[in-house]
Amino acid sequence: MSLSVNITHRLGDFLLDVAFDASPGVTALLGPSGSGKTSVANSISGLLRPFYGHVHLRERALLDTAKDIFVPPHKRRVGYVFQDGRLFPHLTVEGNLRFGMRFAKEAGNPAEVIDLLGLGTLLHRRPGTLSGGEKQRVAMARALMSDPQILVMDEPLAALDEPRKEEILPYLEGLRDQSDIPILYVSHSVAEVARLADDLVILQGGKVVCHGSAEEVLSDPAAIPFVGVREAGSILRAKVLEHGPDGLSRLAISGGELVLPGVTADEGSNIRIRVLSQDILLSSRRPEGLSSRNILAVTVEALRIGDGPGAAVSLRAGEDRLLARITAQAAREMGLEPGTRCFAILKATAVPKGSIGR
Amino acid sequence: MRLQPEEWAALALSLKVSVVATLLSLPLALAIAWLLARRDFWGKSLISALVHLPLVLPPVVTGYLLLLTFGRNGAVGGFLEQFGVVLAFRWTGAALAAAIMGFPLMVRAIRLAIEAVDPRLEQAASTLGAGRAAGFILVTLPLIAPGILAGAVLGFAKAMGEFGATITFVANIPGQTQTLPSAIYAFLQVPGGEGSALRLVALSLAVALGAVLISEWLSRRIAQRIGRG
Repeated sequence: MSLSVNITHRLGDFLLDVAFDASPGVTALLGPSGSGKTSVANSISGLLRPFYGHVHLRERALLDTAKDIFVPPHKRRVGYVFQDGRLFPHLTVEGNLRFGMRFAKEAGNPAEVIDLLGLGTLLHRRPGTLSGGEKQRVAMARALMSDPQILVMDEPLAALDEPRKEEILPYLEGLRDQSDIPILYVSHSVAEVARLADDLVILQGGKVVCHGSAEEVLSDPAAIPFVGVREAGSILRAKVLEHGPDGLSRLAISGGELVLPGVTADEGSNIRIRVLSQDILLSSRRPEGLSSRNILAVTVEALRIGDGPGAAVSLRAGEDRLLARITAQAAREMGLEPGTRCFAILKATAVPKGSIGR
Repeated sequence: MRLQPEEWAALALSLKVSVVATLLSLPLALAIAWLLARRDFWGKSLISALVHLPLVLPPVVTGYLLLLTFGRNGAVGGFLEQFGVVLAFRWTGAALAAAIMGFPLMVRAIRLAIEAVDPRLEQAASTLGAGRAAGFILVTLPLIAPGILAGAVLGFAKAMGEFGATITFVANIPGQTQTLPSAIYAFLQVPGGEGSALRLVALSLAVALGAVLISEWLSRRIAQRIGRG
């Protein structure tokens, strides 16, 4: 366990009461604004001192109110990437990176970090002349230079527009795959979290409402109320088999094959795909004469019928899980219940480019 | 323009008094400005009022209060005399008077500069391993350097021009406590002194203009260095 958090804090009328453990890899803290995400991030970095509880990082107590332990922020070795970057305006990009190294226990390899985040051409620029996306990349590099034991990112993409987000997400994926530093990624965006997270903690009103691997939580019908109907969807792990001349790529998943456009990863590489639950159709029999090429044989694992007209169905396809959202009426007429075998249909163009990640 | 020895003495004394007053009060002004900008504590408005008092008090009142406190029979003056420090009727007293009169201007300029710096930058510095002092020195101090310079220039200008409190506290002794303004005043009191007074007026103008020009140039340099230019 690299990070263990159990804190209680009161901010006005708002009660924060959060406990979770985070393993190495990327743990996402997902929740709407006002759910207490930033307070949790600040408690870990020491910018907020909770009333009760403890924070342990790699067996080291950063906070333990029972033992009256409070390690100040500058001694925590928690790298923090703020939503607004907070680069030092009087220093160049290089100066900002040097600042990160100045107090580091062990100097990292600047060349490696500069390369990983693509900062080579920016080193002599001032923060004032950088674009929002460039600023965030510098902020990430600066935090990495301080030789942190964990990287806390508080909505690092929230201030950016969609094209800038797309530009920076590959760097985040690279950071996740190439550094062994655990990352706590705070976000309100399900799309970002689905692309980046290994584990997922969903926060609502200051409490943890879901916690598990990102695949499990996002394919759990019970998580839909917290994720939002439109954003609900599961993650599939796929391997790129071949890119066709028509722009379509064949992908292997544990339960069969998919054909999707817009896949840029190399043949043979592994990718993750986010499939929205509203983009899946269900059929009792194998459909014929259908335009879609993506038909998977699946088994119903769980069914959740809410108060409204909709029903969420969790489906198993090989080792992956899919989440489909259909009408409650259809679920009844098809006789869906756990164990029912049926077919899931996914339109090839239903997966936008942004939902495909490494 | 040839200066009489007495006029030279007044200029040299004024410069000495102003430089000493500015340099010695600057660290304290920085500390007070930081407290007023960044901390909330009991009695904060009282401190702020005390700092600004010389701005609104008649200078002669400030001078007389200084004489009462720092004079040889005053509480502080008597105490300091045991250590051989005498302020009343000495140039050091003129420096003290000049420092006190310039202090509110310095504090104000520096405080505004500190308030303009995002305190969250120091938070960012702390997450990178910088303690409070290091964060202040490496982040806030460079960013407020133009404000500190502006405060110092204002304080220096005020010190060069200080008259009322100085003449009340340390009198007008040629060669000892006679600053430029005191000398001009003295020359205007004697018949035939207009020539000397005019020369000193021209000198005052030159020093003031020079100080403003130098500070403009310095603040441009600093602005370029910290990337605001």
